[in-house]
Amino acid sequence: MIELISQPWPWYIAGPAIGLMVPLLLILAGKPFGISSSLRHICAATVPAGIEYLKYDWKRIGLWNLVFAGGIVVGGYVAMHVLAFPDPAIAISDETVSDLRNLGVSNFEGLVPVEFVSWAGLATLPGFVMIVVGGFLAGFGARYAGGCTSGHAIMGLSNLQLASLVAVIGFFAGGLFATHVILPVLLR
Amino acid sequence: MSSATSELTQVPPDCEEIGGTPYSGGSVKVELRTLSAADASIYLVLGILFGVVLIKSEVVSWFRIQEMFRFQAFHMYGVIGSAVVVGMISLQLIKRLGLRTIHGETIEVASKPLGRGVSYVAGGLIFGIGWGLLGACPGPIYALFGAGVSVIVVSFVAALAGAWTYGLTKRFLPH
Repeated sequence: MIELISQPWPWYIAGPAIGLMVPLLLILAGKPFGISSSLRHICAATVPAGIEYLKYDWKRIGLWNLVFAGGIVVGGYVAMHVLAFPDPAIAISDETVSDLRNLGVSNFEGLVPVEFVSWAGLATLPGFVMIVVGGFLAGFGARYAGGCTSGHAIMGLSNLQLASLVAVIGFFAGGLFATHVILPVLLR
Repeated sequence: MSSATSELTQVPPDCEEIGGTPYSGGSVKVELRTLSAADASIYLVLGILFGVVLIKSEVVSWFRIQEMFRFQAFHMYGVIGSAVVVGMISLQLIKRLGLRTIHGETIEVASKPLGRGVSYVAGGLIFGIGWGLLGACPGPIYALFGAGVSVIVVSFVAALAGAWTYGLTKRFLPH
């Protein structure tokens, strides 16, 4: 059993498990599935700076979401250190490996490309753009769009919400642009 | 903050979702109550489960995201697609059967109107570029931090700065 759990989980286990977050949060907690609003709550709690968007009772509105986000951190630790992560490298397709090699990625071990996404990588231009610019745009865009992959792609689409479909198409178009236009220039 | 009334009046009128919470999936009407230890442990456990799934399915991996945006494997599409199918069926069942929360509250998930849709298109594109570069969205940022990718804390602070900057510039942006 523990061996099974230690393996990377196939999509048909992971996807339904993520989808079940929607009814579990609604029934057990009366809360809608979503993560990126936690960013707003933390801003409201720490540096509201008189900004209208950040002036609300974050404890009443958002404390649950912050506890949920804290749980994700713990879950990340548990998955990595308790349930073990046997594969030194993610088993991505050969085509992807070859494409990324052509872009200059040589280390395929771990969850992230350590040449760029690491403290040493942060000092390089590609690493800085991926870590800092990528993070900034993800935070800004998620709040501008009113949700991220969980809030729009999972919860919003589950709710058959046209606005979420538009946002998700935007997510995908933006990701394609980053992958096929920005990264080739950045990593060359 | 001296009374419940003043708490309510400090909610800005432009926070359209504040009846429920500021998020994207519609608003859920629940009786307001303070966060009890029992409720907090439910949120924590659900968060832990979600974090475990994110790591074990490798969807937090920059490599998997690259594979997805290059259309070179089914994995990510399978994860997101089956998550949406399960979420959709569950939500429709909850609505049709009129299920309540374990506290007996009614569950109402209101749809968010598209409006002009500019914020969804522009915000979506900006988010997508960030997602493509970093290879992680907010959920995976938390999970990666727990998994020991410590530099992701810089991305987290950058994402907070992004959310804060959105708040600062919101009234100048088309929505």
